[in-house]
Amino acid sequence: MAWSAAALLPLGFLAVFFAWPVLAIITLGLREGGLDTALTSSDTWDLVAFTLGQAAASTLIAVVAGLPVAFVLARCRIRGLGLIRAAVMVPFVLPTVVVGLAFRAFWPDGGVVPIVLANAFFNVAVVARTVGGLWAHTDRRAEDAARALGASRPRAFLNVVLPALMPAIGSAAAVVFLFCATSFGVVLILGGARYRTLETEIYLRTVELFDLSGAAALSLLQFTAVLAVLLLGGLARRRRETALQLRGREELARKPVGGEWAVVGVAAAVVVALFTPVVGLVLKSLSTRDGWSLAGYRALASTGDRGTLAVSGLDAALNSLRTATDATAIALVVGVFSAFVLIGLKRSGGRLAEALDTALMLPIGVSAVTVGFGYLVTMDALPGDFRTSPMLVPLAQALVVTPLVVRMVLPVLRSVDERLRQAAATLGASPARVWVEVDLPIVGRSLVAAAGFGFVVALGEFGATSFLARSDAPTLPIVIARLMSRPGALNSQMAYAACALLMVVTIACVLLIERLRVPSGEEF
Amino acid sequence: MLRVSNITVRYGQTVAVAGVDLSVANGEVVALLGPSGCGKSTLLRTIAGLETPASGSVCWDSLDMGSVPVHKRGFGIVFQDGQLFPHRDVFGNVAFGLRMQGVSRGDRAERISELLKLVGLDGYEHRKVTQLSGGEQQRVALARALAPRPRLLLLDEPLSALDRELRDQLADDLARLLRSSGTTAILVTHDHDEARRIADRVVTMRKGRVTS
Repeated sequence: MAWSAAALLPLGFLAVFFAWPVLAIITLGLREGGLDTALTSSDTWDLVAFTLGQAAASTLIAVVAGLPVAFVLARCRIRGLGLIRAAVMVPFVLPTVVVGLAFRAFWPDGGVVPIVLANAFFNVAVVARTVGGLWAHTDRRAEDAARALGASRPRAFLNVVLPALMPAIGSAAAVVFLFCATSFGVVLILGGARYRTLETEIYLRTVELFDLSGAAALSLLQFTAVLAVLLLGGLARRRRETALQLRGREELARKPVGGEWAVVGVAAAVVVALFTPVVGLVLKSLSTRDGWSLAGYRALASTGDRGTLAVSGLDAALNSLRTATDATAIALVVGVFSAFVLIGLKRSGGRLAEALDTALMLPIGVSAVTVGFGYLVTMDALPGDFRTSPMLVPLAQALVVTPLVVRMVLPVLRSVDERLRQAAATLGASPARVWVEVDLPIVGRSLVAAAGFGFVVALGEFGATSFLARSDAPTLPIVIARLMSRPGALNSQMAYAACALLMVVTIACVLLIERLRVPSGEEF
Repeated sequence: MLRVSNITVRYGQTVAVAGVDLSVANGEVVALLGPSGCGKSTLLRTIAGLETPASGSVCWDSLDMGSVPVHKRGFGIVFQDGQLFPHRDVFGNVAFGLRMQGVSRGDRAERISELLKLVGLDGYEHRKVTQLSGGEQQRVALARALAPRPRLLLLDEPLSALDRELRDQLADDLARLLRSSGTTAILVTHDHDEARRIADRVVTMRKGRVTS
């Protein structure tokens, strides 16, 4: 009973800062007849086809590139494993604007190929870590038994290993597909007005054409598709949680033998490929028409060529740090509380746990653009002039970060044996004291990791922020996008420098997170 | 003394414990003996307050424990697999109950070294619990449970996870230790030999009922 009451808090947060704005958009789309117009227009279906097509292609590439890396992370005992783990993680948390620009350094005119590659680039980490997580804990002896029965190594992989990994591959693919279908920053930067997905079209219609009902109709369409994919992914995840007898990684990892070295080679190639855009970006930030120069970095103290920006690059950077800190704090409070409630609900049985779990994941899938747009429509109804409040952007970012916090903390909390809490209780610890003395220290490290992870995601958030940030208080990604959209060599130089800056902060955070990670089955 | 009257525990449709009566006198060590699934562990957990009985009562010195929460009963417990706090060292684990009682720092250290001597882990204060052997972990769990001087000690198959030789040795140690400290205790086990070695009195259980 108490747990159900506690569940009202995160649900209330989601209701006000997620469900209400999104529902407002949906009704807006329905009311003005925008939905009929949108559904009968062939343009819409072209958009849908391109959105799904590019997402499917990106997902396929991410899975193919992610599997060898997953194998190395899970099964190989080689030097530099920690480095590979961190390196794979970097693209996933890089700001979308940065990745868009990095690919523009190679494909100056954009196009379908860089869009697909950029989306895949982000998500190799999701596949490698989700699949690797399960692989690391699956018993090797089933495979050994198949080999002893006469199966060749590839045969054993296809008939024994792959089926065992399918739940993880399925759930990773579903998540990746979602991320790619709702990806905003890279598509906007690499596709411009030529190659549009639902997500960028919603943005363009709202901001440039002021076609609110059309944008709302497209949001509704997208929301429906996302919900369907999330439900499928949920099914796969449930199967995964119950499917296997899990074992510790230590006893399963070993030095690669024979043909396994080929897989290690492919994985190494993937890691190198992942780092190419990153390196390209840094080189681009340092090279000008007149040779190597730090001009871009120096220009960060200014407002760009002929005052392109309302504030200097440095001010934007400081604003980014402040906003991301606030967003992380909100997400930690809501996320950790939700995780504790979820554990409590699951323990006492009942369907509410599952409902809350799905509700908490929804904001990952619903396009940030829709959420930002929804805030614009609804938040002036809240008291105290909320639409111009400096908390608006952090709240929107927190919505994106909270699901990640839950996914990182929940498995660790779940791994705490209930009898450990009971032992503390029999020694005289009240329920609140058990929380402080047992749960909190055990999740402590993963909490810090979740905070670091959330911080970089908030730092790079572009979709919702681009709607909500006031022009006198932009974040770094907003500034980068603005600089890129204006002419002037100094502007693009400055944009590349700002990207490099964001990247350094991001990589530093990722390395820190990797040191703090608790070795247990986190889901990202 | 402990008096359990007509206790019944249900999990959904299954009856795990069916109308059990049990008394344990002060300073007495009683073994609950029975095959796995006979309800002996459930009975132990109900006495500790970790399960809620469908009917019946648990009384200590004629005081009904029904509305007393786990952490105020003053009953210590040792689980089969220790369940030591992984983020604390041996000292931190044994100190836990004393801290909950508000025992001063100096008194804590004294009591802990005395207890570690008692369980044969003299000088182990700052070892990590994750680096101890199974037998050592159970000794720490025992010291941890005894530290706050529980009025009743509940032992849930404390030796079952260990191998034969170690089990025999620890059984003798445990018997000696419980006698010398005059601890009132209930030991759950499925091992006849172990029950007889440690307990003053053996109570057998089958299918949720006491059979002797």
